[in-house]
Amino acid sequence: MSASTETLVPFDDVLAAYDPALGLEVHVELNTATKMFCGCSTIFGAEPNTQVCPTCLGLPGAMPVVNAKAVESAIRIGLALNCSIAEWCRFARKNYFYPDMPKNFQTSQYDEPIAFDGWMDVEVDGETFRVEIERAHMEEDTGKSTHIGGATGRIHGADYSLVDYNRAGIPLIEIVTKPIVGAGEKAPEVARAYVQQLRDLIVALGVSEARMDQGNLRADVNLSLSPKGSGVLGTRTETKNVNSFRSVERAVRFEMQRHAAILGAGASILQETRHWHEDTGITTSGREKSDAEDYRYFPEPDLVPVAPSREWVEELRATLPENPTQKRARLQAEWGFSDLEMRDTIGAGALGLVEETVAAGCAPQAARKWWLSELARRANDTGVEIAELGVTPAQVAAVQALVEGGSINDKLARQVFDGLLAGEGTPEEIVAARGLAIVSDEGALSAAVDAAIAANPDVAEKIRDGKVAAAGALIGAVMKEMRGQADAGRVRELIIEKLT
Amino acid sequence: MPEISRDEVAHLANLARIDLSDAELDHLAPQLSVILESVASISGVAGPDVPPTSHALPLVNVFREDVVRPSLTPEEALSGAPAAEEQRFMVPRILGDEQ
Amino acid sequence: MTLIRKSAAELADALAAGETTSVELTQAHLDRIAEVDGAVHAFLHVDAEGALAAAAASDARRAAGTPASYLDGVPIAVKDVLATTGLPTTCGSKILEGWIPPYDATVVAKLKAAGLPILGKTNMDEFAMGSSTEHSAYGPTRNPWDLDRIPGGSGGGSAAALAAFEAPLALGTDTGGSIRQPGAVTGTVGVKPTYGAVSRYGLVAMANSLDQVGPVTRTVLDSALLQELIGGHDPLDSTSIAEPLPSLVDAARQGAGGDLSGVKVGVIRELSGEGYQAGVLERFSESVDLLVAAGAEVVEVSCPNFVHALATYYLIMPCEVSSNLAKFDAMRYGLRVMPAGIDSPSAEEVMRASRDAGFGDEVKRRIILGTYALSSGYYDAYYGTAQRVRTLITRDFAAAFEQVDVLVSPTAPTTAFKLGEKLDDPLAMYLNDLATIPANLAGVPGISLPAGLASDDGLPVGFQILAPVMADDRLYRVGAALEAALESRWAGPLLAQAPALEGAAR
Repeated sequence: MSASTETLVPFDDVLAAYDPALGLEVHVELNTATKMFCGCSTIFGAEPNTQVCPTCLGLPGAMPVVNAKAVESAIRIGLALNCSIAEWCRFARKNYFYPDMPKNFQTSQYDEPIAFDGWMDVEVDGETFRVEIERAHMEEDTGKSTHIGGATGRIHGADYSLVDYNRAGIPLIEIVTKPIVGAGEKAPEVARAYVQQLRDLIVALGVSEARMDQGNLRADVNLSLSPKGSGVLGTRTETKNVNSFRSVERAVRFEMQRHAAILGAGASILQETRHWHEDTGITTSGREKSDAEDYRYFPEPDLVPVAPSREWVEELRATLPENPTQKRARLQAEWGFSDLEMRDTIGAGALGLVEETVAAGCAPQAARKWWLSELARRANDTGVEIAELGVTPAQVAAVQALVEGGSINDKLARQVFDGLLAGEGTPEEIVAARGLAIVSDEGALSAAVDAAIAANPDVAEKIRDGKVAAAGALIGAVMKEMRGQADAGRVRELIIEKLT
Repeated sequence: MPEISRDEVAHLANLARIDLSDAELDHLAPQLSVILESVASISGVAGPDVPPTSHALPLVNVFREDVVRPSLTPEEALSGAPAAEEQRFMVPRILGDEQ
Repeated sequence: MTLIRKSAAELADALAAGETTSVELTQAHLDRIAEVDGAVHAFLHVDAEGALAAAAASDARRAAGTPASYLDGVPIAVKDVLATTGLPTTCGSKILEGWIPPYDATVVAKLKAAGLPILGKTNMDEFAMGSSTEHSAYGPTRNPWDLDRIPGGSGGGSAAALAAFEAPLALGTDTGGSIRQPGAVTGTVGVKPTYGAVSRYGLVAMANSLDQVGPVTRTVLDSALLQELIGGHDPLDSTSIAEPLPSLVDAARQGAGGDLSGVKVGVIRELSGEGYQAGVLERFSESVDLLVAAGAEVVEVSCPNFVHALATYYLIMPCEVSSNLAKFDAMRYGLRVMPAGIDSPSAEEVMRASRDAGFGDEVKRRIILGTYALSSGYYDAYYGTAQRVRTLITRDFAAAFEQVDVLVSPTAPTTAFKLGEKLDDPLAMYLNDLATIPANLAGVPGISLPAGLASDDGLPVGFQILAPVMADDRLYRVGAALEAALESRWAGPLLAQAPALEGAAR
């Protein structure tokens, strides 16, 4: 399985010959207090097998009961995605054997999803793509295996595995798109933007932490190519384990190039599951399972149908956050951003962050500046999503407040961010601990100015002669002396005062 | 309705994760065919207009409040485990994909 | 000796009157078990210590004047398919040998809360699949009326324990007749309540949409007392009915008065005649005559789709079985078998070997049948079709109950057959459930009570009464009236005619 040797076709050549069709399946782990079918806690990071009961452990005789809050969240997600909400639907059993699945069937929804036939408008470079949603359905998560022995700690070559069922039974909503066609060269970006916007929506709904790095949001990417203009869907592959926005984009790009190479060589695409490798940026073939497609679905006899009343659905509709398109237009007007600024903010996945930062009291332009320059650069350097960098909107607003209050300047603010990332405390504490505050002691400043004048008599002379522009050189010398912790404007005033 | 062949029984046993010996296959396959033949008698009884019944009483919307209930202790959870290590269920090596 | 022959109601009254103690009567039943269970093998596990401790606690409550319930202190046996903390729960299967659940089934928790000492766990066909208890991995139970014959199944252990006076009460479960058919062939009383009237939480499921927990007793009143104790809404069972049933004990007491005037009884045309043993039909008609004599109006009613019930059952049940039993995979609990001749076997290989070694033939048959019926392409033809026929059977009941208050039939087509007679002929074995299955498919309640001994073989015959969903009280009223009429004819309970067991003084 040396996929690294796989030949790829240059991206532009793929587009010259083929139209890509995308499909995305996103699993959202809900932030309910308890599991889908039992009262066990869902808190992340607990000691192994401390959040399990007869039901989620699949003990003989135990029975499931549906979590009302999970149904409510599913309906709200469905409504936010412009879906129809089923008047009557059931859970089914998806039967297959796997050690991390306690009952050896997953309780899921099959042909009767709670929400179906919706859409979401996705913006890429100012252009809008309508992504059609096929369905959103409820299901439960599996346990987690740790593979022991072998060289890599991965599943292949392991001697045995240890299973923790704390995650088993946590509610998931699976959101499935219809095939997305017509995105052309933008397909990778559309895929990424869809997942990003979906995440923003989920966060706005407050139904999940929606953190890809913690597995709250997991994307599977389906891709197929069809000969340009033919309109016939090709054979698709399903790439799993795509766990960041950037990876979504890269995985689509990689699969497009890989498909094109195979099709170009006259071979055909194998319909299969593939795995995305974040480190190498490639996909590899998953093992073929002989019984993979025969899940022997049938309605779960231990549960009764879910039949949300129209009154309940309308009540939930009233709790929805603003529609994303309208919201973007409103925010742009409120913030006074140019189209380009708005597009960059959305493209960086920072819309929600800027919004929260503004809500914390920061000026919109300043919020945009911090997130899109300083913080975007750091996220890029460390290879994480900007939202997952570890700096909160409230902290950014606090830093900006210090700048505006004159206690630090932009340059010093960068050191405050260093401190925040190093976990040194609040921005105020970092300024104090690192001694970053701008020196406002007039005596010290005056002494430094005097010293600079004495050290640069020729420059001082020019200023005395009325060439005020020469003050810059003296200001530089003073700032250097003060290690940047001086208000440059005040230094300038002092120099002019002393020399004219 | 189709008769069930010995090969098919072997395939089904595989799907159901049961190692059946040749002797068991020889024994079971004809019995299953007889049973299937007998139950197949109902194939034309209910027309497509008859709705399916899954429960005696047509209950809907049986929900639980999202309130945490006590879990088992890890000792209780693992009490029946054939093997355990580090407070986890110890299982033989797993074939197949990471999930 | 006299203690163990009393009904549970009589024992409860004796406890209340201070004529006996729970420790005394629990010990009497433990002694009886020690005496006869070697021959009968009704129990898979006896918990003398736990039962006596519970009995002592019960006596303390009585002494303090605070009994937990009317039946506080009356011991009970529990079918081994119900989860019991601290007691093995094997479901009659090797795959669960030695498994001790960390939780109680809701019905077991109710027994404990009501103060009933649990004598032990009773034998059953593996995972309740069978009509003879011969499919138990731990050896068959024998019928106290004739130790060479089957006690019915799957709950042969509970029924035999009652018939052999090893317990005054027991819990059973009924998916296609597993309470009522053993009741019929052992001369005891068994009730399958309305689906959802008794919690299934902690009942190891065979077929979830058909399973129901119910009482196994020697009198109709005892069943009413026990169903009232274990019944009621359970938030842990999504299919549990929230509304209360009418009083069952009142209905049984009313019926015991013997007057059935105004009650309309329907004899189900499709559940008699061909395939039914002559001696069974003889006792059945005699009982019907007694109902008429008690003032009931009896008519014949046709339920044309009942002839499809057996086939419908044998499609729905295996599908649910194949999925329910997937959890027995040697990973989290139960038997783990390493396949022979494989170094470092995979989890999948261990599952296959363990499931082969741990399941018996009948379980394997049903798992494979269900796997087949649910496989791609067959769902509609099998499970889907069966669920539609189920609708027709339910409609037959609805139409019949527009004409009559209760329906009646023989419980089983024959009396107890010989051990081994049908063991390897699955279809012949399945026919035992012909008359009991329609109730499970429609969810309606049913009772079986002794109708006497068949004249052709001298073995017990069961009489079945069926009522509409939620009208379990009608079973008790009509059942108690018939019981009173029959016992006055026999001059005592039918079990008084049972042969003495080896080593047992009469």
